Amino acid sequence: MSDLVLRAEHVSVEYAGARPTRAVRDVTLELRRGEVLGIAGESGCGKSTLAYALTRMLKPPAELTGGSVSFLGRDGVEVEVHGLDPMALREFRWTRIAMVFQSAMNALNPVTSLRRQFADIFRAHRPDWGVQRRDARSRELLDMVGIDPRRIGDYPHELSGGMRQRVMIAMALALEPEVVILDEPTTALDVVVQREILDEIERLRAELGFSVVFITHDLSLLLEISDRLAVMYAGEIVEYAPSDAVHTGAAHPYTRGLLRSFPDLRGEARELRGVPGSPPDLSRPLVGCPFAPRCEHVFDPCRRVAPVLAEPEDGAGWAVACHLERGAA
Amino acid sequence: MSAEEPPAGSSIDTVLEVRDLTVRFGQRGAAALTAVDGLSLALRAGRTLALVGESGSGKSTVVKALSRLLVPNAGEILLRGKPVGRGRAALRDYRRTVQVVFQDPFASLNPMHTVGHHLRRPLSLTPGHPRGDALTTAVHELLRSVNMTPPEDYAARHPHELSGGQRQRVAIARALAPAPQVLLADEPVSMLDVSIRLEILNLLDKLKRERDLALLYVTHDLATARHFSSEIMVMYRGEVVEHGPSDQVILAPAHPYTRMLAAAAPDPSRSRAELAAQRQERLRLRSDRGAEARTAALDEGCRFRNRCRFAMPACADRPPSLPAGPDHTARCWLFDQETAAAS
Repeated sequence: MSDLVLRAEHVSVEYAGARPTRAVRDVTLELRRGEVLGIAGESGCGKSTLAYALTRMLKPPAELTGGSVSFLGRDGVEVEVHGLDPMALREFRWTRIAMVFQSAMNALNPVTSLRRQFADIFRAHRPDWGVQRRDARSRELLDMVGIDPRRIGDYPHELSGGMRQRVMIAMALALEPEVVILDEPTTALDVVVQREILDEIERLRAELGFSVVFITHDLSLLLEISDRLAVMYAGEIVEYAPSDAVHTGAAHPYTRGLLRSFPDLRGEARELRGVPGSPPDLSRPLVGCPFAPRCEHVFDPCRRVAPVLAEPEDGAGWAVACHLERGAA
Repeated sequence: MSAEEPPAGSSIDTVLEVRDLTVRFGQRGAAALTAVDGLSLALRAGRTLALVGESGSGKSTVVKALSRLLVPNAGEILLRGKPVGRGRAALRDYRRTVQVVFQDPFASLNPMHTVGHHLRRPLSLTPGHPRGDALTTAVHELLRSVNMTPPEDYAARHPHELSGGQRQRVAIARALAPAPQVLLADEPVSMLDVSIRLEILNLLDKLKRERDLALLYVTHDLATARHFSSEIMVMYRGEVVEHGPSDQVILAPAHPYTRMLAAAAPDPSRSRAELAAQRQERLRLRSDRGAEARTAALDEGCRFRNRCRFAMPACADRPPSLPAGPDHTARCWLFDQETAAAS
């Protein structure tokens, strides 16, 4: 499987407490070289926690309670992310995997200029670079994401939200990582700006050849930009399929509900409804399918037995965790 | 739903009307910022008007001025055709008639009070309000009207015991308590999970029909604006740049800004090959520094002209609202016969 770049196997994460919250439960997924993998789900489904587990950025009370994440570098290096010692982890992050966080407004330091924030990256990871080289690379990165390099002396508040998000993307790409994880990168932005940023990401990916894990609650967006997508519910992946397949016929009732939640801009008016109810409390034991209380197709086994997600076997893998799909109906 | 409603512009009761509303915010060491510039709109009973625009376009400022949370610098607000008085009694009266549902149900409810308290307060501030058991019954009625049953159970809960969607239902019930005629909904679902947004919008739509409410739906989401309103107004930098029947504005947008918005919205009905082709086209046309053109100050002329594909010399003058179809206007020189002929 030489085309893989990242593989997460049976990853589980808990938030410690009197009643631990099992935020990510037994998630297995693969990221191929050069592809965009979308992760969709509503708030609290564990998608951001999963991203933190992939990059080993979980902080207490969050803790990896099971599973492994391996990274397979372009140069043939195979790394077990959660087994790295601190020095190796420092080296690994940003050069191998970079992350763009949800809120660009807060992710930049408001009291230092862009120049200094870029310089920080290079001082830590490229200690042999001089001032001029750092500056030249920073300007090149700004230019790459469509910002005038002359603004390198600006402070974050002098930039619009969209420009700040571009700066965050430029920073993530500074050390030419092989994987970029984007956690809701466009959620706080307007549609036009969102579209520009997505186009930019797509252009850079084609040019630089990195892989993307794109996390968002906006399934309609993922259908457009991702090659494959994983739909998460209550800490688990409930559907894992090529985006085209989800587009033409989502199998899990939750995926279908999410798709229905976005009215068609230009289509005929139809019955508009979302998915009534709310997700289960993950600090309590779950019996049966976690989606059963909200599911319109619920039947006997759903309340007793938790459906399992079949391992994707080949390139066309389309896995669904639902009893309906097992022919039990 | 728009299909069930009579066409825009027919003579239906106008409940609330604003003419030439202007709101400026003073800025330290800089010229005042005109957040809303000469906006006029009319809200009609049993109808929804959607106000659409990007953040910073002035949508929320319109809501604040209409709810009289801020005093506009200029403009006239007419309630049932009469100018609104300035005294305290007039203000109280106005606020009972015009109620607001805010964006963030996590911030708009008091964490110290029960749901029942949130609803009893506005009820007991209404003249001739019910008392004792009748008050409790009225609270339960309100909860039932927003589908929160059993009401006894929900009335005793505190906000932290409710999900985001349930909190927004409480906020809606509270707005309904003084039996208003106008409801201003400022991004009522943008803080909620995608899976429950449509439930809340369907609820607002149902209440609008049942109570003959005049509803202003402020949103940045074009798709729900189209499906839940009969008319759409598009704001850009404090101005209304387009106004017309919902289907017209979305399916056949007139103003270049609306066209840009409609083109940028995700549309899963298009195939991936089509989308890739469109992306290539956009990247080809992409202005090098589009992100900066957006923030540049433009005091005179059309405010959209430095982002506009159709910009022409005439755009140095501010365009008026020009007819773009039946009941459809656009603030763009493209719809001026003489300018179009000359260019």
